[in-house]
Amino acid sequence: MMNNTHTLLGQLDPDLVSTLVGNRRGIFASAAKSLGIWASAPLVLAAVSTEVFAKHLPKQIEDTLVFALTLEHIEDAFYRSALEKEFIPKKHRDVFTTIGLHEAQHVEFLSGVLAKAAVKRPELDFTAGGKYADVFSNFDTFLTLSQTFEDLGVAAYKGQAGNLMESDDILTAALQIHSVEARHAAAVRRIGGKKAWDGAFDEPMTKEDVLAAAKPFLKA
Amino acid sequence: MQTHNHEPEISRQRSRRTFLKWSGGAIGALAISGGLLPNFGISSALAADLGAGDIGVLNYAYALEQLEAAFYTKVIASPYADMSDDEKLVLTDIRDHEVEHRDFLKKALADKAIPDLEVDFSAIDFSKRASVLGTAKVFEDLGVSAYNGAGKLIENPDYLTAAGKIVSVEARHAATIRDLLQPGSVAFAGPDVVDKNGLDVANSVADVLKAAGPFIKTEVTANSIVGMK
Repeated sequence: MMNNTHTLLGQLDPDLVSTLVGNRRGIFASAAKSLGIWASAPLVLAAVSTEVFAKHLPKQIEDTLVFALTLEHIEDAFYRSALEKEFIPKKHRDVFTTIGLHEAQHVEFLSGVLAKAAVKRPELDFTAGGKYADVFSNFDTFLTLSQTFEDLGVAAYKGQAGNLMESDDILTAALQIHSVEARHAAAVRRIGGKKAWDGAFDEPMTKEDVLAAAKPFLKA
Repeated sequence: MQTHNHEPEISRQRSRRTFLKWSGGAIGALAISGGLLPNFGISSALAADLGAGDIGVLNYAYALEQLEAAFYTKVIASPYADMSDDEKLVLTDIRDHEVEHRDFLKKALADKAIPDLEVDFSAIDFSKRASVLGTAKVFEDLGVSAYNGAGKLIENPDYLTAAGKIVSVEARHAATIRDLLQPGSVAFAGPDVVDKNGLDVANSVADVLKAAGPFIKTEVTANSIVGMK
């Protein structure tokens, strides 16, 4: 499944992680917003709210969710940018609108769980410095990157599951996002005339490999 | 994946917490959910208890993969009349995946594996596309929800990753079957399976066994997943 993402792998910038993690949103942004999230997320409310508001998330979970939120920001921004244009064939537009909606929901959900530890959307360049110059005018280019981001998301969540085991509710929510990303990946692949899978097992990716794959799309 | 006898201390702590939480309501839920009564006096050939701890969770997955593998094996052995080339390709791939999942779990469980389950597909008309794909949709969505719900019960991180390698493929199956039923639509991740937070379904062991019950003749009990330890 990693055929496409492998082509995107670049050299890992050692400063990247700290750049991403250091990009925190202000306290003001989270207070009101997270209350709204909690109200609509009974799944995590009971068990998680105590952790969040009383003693904060365990460091490992916070770091992992910041990483996940960064990926969701990338996906969210990707579909927002695409849907502002008119190049997506009409018969596929609903599919990408739905995928984009889910990514926006993931951003909001994770931002709510992270509260004041949530990161803002990074500065992005989906042409990857010109390599994909027609990403938002050529549907084939767009499809290639869409599949890359969805398969990458699946591999990323899978690789991080073990780091969320301390919280049953957060682990479950991450798994629930993970399978939605896999549904997206399958739909995008089928639109591209490909099989929805590469085999019986999807392989995980490490945080470092995922960030390396995402790096070409992050503005320095 | 291998079966580890050794669990890190942190896993044992987690597991105590998990089982305390579960022992409250889940036993009652299991007992009244039909086909899941304690197997007093029932011979082992007719019943299978999943076992405790990670073994129990892996056997739970193994039971579901047995069900799926048996289903798709029959689908491909006796294809419905109007099966398109795309459908044949998809359903054959899915059969192969489910057989691989089943065999992988059986091997991992080794002598802890539950016996081969006897399935009951009498409610499925294998000559009808709607019946076959409708059942496939139910099984795939159920499988996704089962793995999503059981992840938190797993103590060994390696097993969690292994389950993760399977569940996303099940989700790819679910999306594809849904696309076969409603081509080009948004059903692949429709509002019936993805909520307003963008989250897929996660179901409890009790709810999944209840849903799968009509398709499995062998009595599957999860007594030890919720009670012991």
